[in-house]
Amino acid sequence: MPAEPMLRVSHVVKRFGGLTVADDVSFDVPRGAKMALIGPNGAGKTTMFNLISGVYPIDGGEISLDGQVIDALPARKRIGVGLSRSFQNIRLMPHLTVIENVMLGQHVQATSLASLLAPVGWQRGGRWRRMAEERLRQAGIDVDPDSAVSGLPYGVRKKIEVVRALMSGPRLLMLDEPAAGLNPRETAELSAFLKGIAEDGLTLLVVEHDMSFVHDLCEQTVVLNFGRLIYDGPTKGVQDDEAVREAYLGTRRVATAEGAGRAA
Amino acid sequence: MSGYMAGIVAILCINLIFAYAIFVTAAAGQLNLGGAGFQAIGAYAAAYASSVLMQPVWITIPAAMAITALVGFLISFPVLRTRGVYMVLATFAFAEVVAGFLLRSTTFGGAIGMVVPDHVGVPVLIACAVGVTLLVFYLMATRVGLAMRAIHDDEPVSTIMGVNVRAVQVATFTLAGALAGLSGALYAHHFSFVEAQYFNALLSIYVLLFVLIGGTQTAWGPLVGSLFFTLIPELLRVGGSWRYVVFGVAIVLMMAIRPEGIVTRQLVARLSPRNWLTRRKTVLGERHAG
Ligand SMILES: Nc1ncnc2c1ncn2[C@@H]1O[C@H](COP(=O)(O)OP(=O)(O)OP(=O)(O)O)[C@@H](O)[C@H]1O
Ligand SMILES: [Mg+2]
Repeated sequence: MPAEPMLRVSHVVKRFGGLTVADDVSFDVPRGAKMALIGPNGAGKTTMFNLISGVYPIDGGEISLDGQVIDALPARKRIGVGLSRSFQNIRLMPHLTVIENVMLGQHVQATSLASLLAPVGWQRGGRWRRMAEERLRQAGIDVDPDSAVSGLPYGVRKKIEVVRALMSGPRLLMLDEPAAGLNPRETAELSAFLKGIAEDGLTLLVVEHDMSFVHDLCEQTVVLNFGRLIYDGPTKGVQDDEAVREAYLGTRRVATAEGAGRAA
Repeated sequence: MSGYMAGIVAILCINLIFAYAIFVTAAAGQLNLGGAGFQAIGAYAAAYASSVLMQPVWITIPAAMAITALVGFLISFPVLRTRGVYMVLATFAFAEVVAGFLLRSTTFGGAIGMVVPDHVGVPVLIACAVGVTLLVFYLMATRVGLAMRAIHDDEPVSTIMGVNVRAVQVATFTLAGALAGLSGALYAHHFSFVEAQYFNALLSIYVLLFVLIGGTQTAWGPLVGSLFFTLIPELLRVGGSWRYVVFGVAIVLMMAIRPEGIVTRQLVARLSPRNWLTRRKTVLGERHAG
């Protein structure tokens, strides 16, 4: 019997009014895989993330993480079973500092009353803060941890959000356009960093318009178009697939989609 | 201490505790314009326990806090169904109901008010104010405080991060009730008299202003806000009735110049000794280089 996939999306349906944004979508993300989720603007990629992370309830189908059905779990509890995500439009807490934002990512790990009531804000050399600083360093984020996030460059904030998502110790990490707005050097660094953490056993699902980033990082790809799954296979084959070319790649629309993705 | 000074210190201590009550919910993004209602319940609970039930202060004050904590807990459920300006209105309505009830209730003396036999002096008020200040500073440094501030900034993302948003909000309303009750009980025991008219809408507005003008990002905010609001009117006393005009203009200017409050996180960081030292070093370094 083959091992349970890390994530199984099975016949998932989601409608917003008359618009079907997930139309009987099924795909598996194998344990330890680095998978891309691509598709044109408005295809339903972010919505798929929102369904998996519990922002919206699904209208049909089933979502399971490592064999456990999670689609009935409230959003708050999904991070606890090992699911973590970032957001397409940066959603760092504007009034928290860099280190405070990262330490917020540890929230589910602080389960005891003692850890909830420890003054993490004062413990300069404390365990929680050290772990957060360590992760920031690993990700190559070289800023004062006590600085305000609002003043930092876009690319740095984007990376901080990835680090925050990592702090909960997830089994599945979902990143929504992590490379959007990064320059080529930052994109390469991010790719290397993600490969490093994937080696530690993490499963990755990445929405991205930057196809060179996708080719570099992800061995497998699923493609959504108008809420329907039109491709599920190796990233290598995606360029040659007729349906994908028609909907997304190999047309001038790629450039437009990429531009819009970066602006978002 | 002169009687005049003692009076100012006493009201400053009571206002500070009251401001922290409003602060803890505001720090988590909830605006409570019903502060006077909570304070009134605390004051009347202590007054009743003292004058009718003849209980000593060490029972009346904790009992008043327990009652207002329970009220805060219960009221949080309907109030948290509302947001933004509707929450402001809901809490305001709550305070009006409390004031109206006390004014008409014969049990609590109606418009005549109640005399409170046991007196609590200024040293006790100072001790309580210092204790509450330290407690809130500590709370804001914990993970709970971090979660409160995260909720203030972004509720949906806090939820995704695993924060039990509703539980934190209910807890802050409960704590706010307890603190407002403490301030009310201390008021009753210090001034030896309570009357419903004192706990009016203007008081609720003032205490929320203390907090918003002081700043809701750090526990320094209510401290600065209470000092500002308690001391400035006193300093302006020489100006006669013009002082209210000056005071009003000062408030408007504050809001225009520092919309996030007088004390922000950035201001605290800039004034912290650690940063001050490093900055001094760089300034010296620049001078060397130049
Ligand atoms: N909460 C919502 N209510 C109604 N419609 C929505 C909602 N969220 C998304 N949609 C619609 O669902 C469709 C899919 O949107 P989604 O954000 O998932 O696309 P996407 O694939 O992430 O696109 P992009 O590449 O631009 O980020 C769009 O037509 C969008 O307008
Ligand atoms: Mg999207």
